[in-house]
Amino acid sequence: MIPQEISETLKARFGEAILEAKLEGVLNPSIRVAPERVQDIALFLRDDDHLLFDVLMCLSGVDYTAGKLGVVYHLDSMKRSHKITLKVEVTCDNPRVASVQSVWRTANWHEREAYDLFGIVFDGHPDLRRILLPDDWEGHPLRKDYRVPEFYNGMKVPY
Amino acid sequence: MGLLDQKFENSNVIITSLDSLLNWARLSSVWGMQFGLACCAIEMMATGASHYDLDRFGTFFRATPRQSDVMIVSGTVTLKMASRIKVLYDQMSEPRYVISMGSCATCGGPYWEHGYHVLKGVDRVIPVDVYVPGCPPRPEALMEGLLKLQEKIRTESLAKKKSA
Repeated sequence: MIPQEISETLKARFGEAILEAKLEGVLNPSIRVAPERVQDIALFLRDDDHLLFDVLMCLSGVDYTAGKLGVVYHLDSMKRSHKITLKVEVTCDNPRVASVQSVWRTANWHEREAYDLFGIVFDGHPDLRRILLPDDWEGHPLRKDYRVPEFYNGMKVPY
Repeated sequence: MGLLDQKFENSNVIITSLDSLLNWARLSSVWGMQFGLACCAIEMMATGASHYDLDRFGTFFRATPRQSDVMIVSGTVTLKMASRIKVLYDQMSEPRYVISMGSCATCGGPYWEHGYHVLKGVDRVIPVDVYVPGCPPRPEALMEGLLKLQEKIRTESLAKKKSA
């Protein structure tokens, strides 16, 4: 299926949850969806016979500046040989996105990384804690407004 | 350096011969603790392998800090790992030495400017005896670092150091 058909199938099923589609002229045709419906959309993408997106290639967090964070899902279908990108946008004040951990298990660690580095909270994740940084680290480093701390546990951090 | 270290007032011929014997024994069998953290660990493994053999210097890697003389810190030291390094260094029994291998362990390496999670040099948590620069240092450079450590051990003494 080409990206237009995928987008139309999703719009027919979910209607107002599908917000925007950027399908022409880009390397990764992407569809922006509502943050709280991501889990239903993911289940449909995985189980529908024409779509069959069984591989979540990557889940990344993004800081779009101006108080907006986002999550980008790169999906791939082994059987139907097509790819699509899903995008989600949330604000810094309420960065909550539905977790797709129950749909694709690899999202378990990817969402922990997005929480660790951006502070995006995934509702429904069974074990949302820091994965790369130490457990008592303060702040979310990959946000654009992050400041490096002076000391961590008595060790001087800057050069 | 143990119970007898720097307890003797004057250096006499018995102390100096005992010094030479002890130092020779210590430098000929510097057992290293395998502490490979990142890319420098690959070069450390290459140095220990057959082409640039470390076994001919009496060095072979032990898995536990309790049985090792030197800890070769090879690789980037993150802040998460730094507390563990301190614990492991405290578990080594004296005489113990530290070789800081590579530029990450010496000064933070390529992450000195923007690395929020990197400890800029392992000497911020443990005392270091020999620094080996490089990214990664060639096996010959690590061997030279080990030989410099042997030189340092050769000059140690049981007698008290005379203040200048």
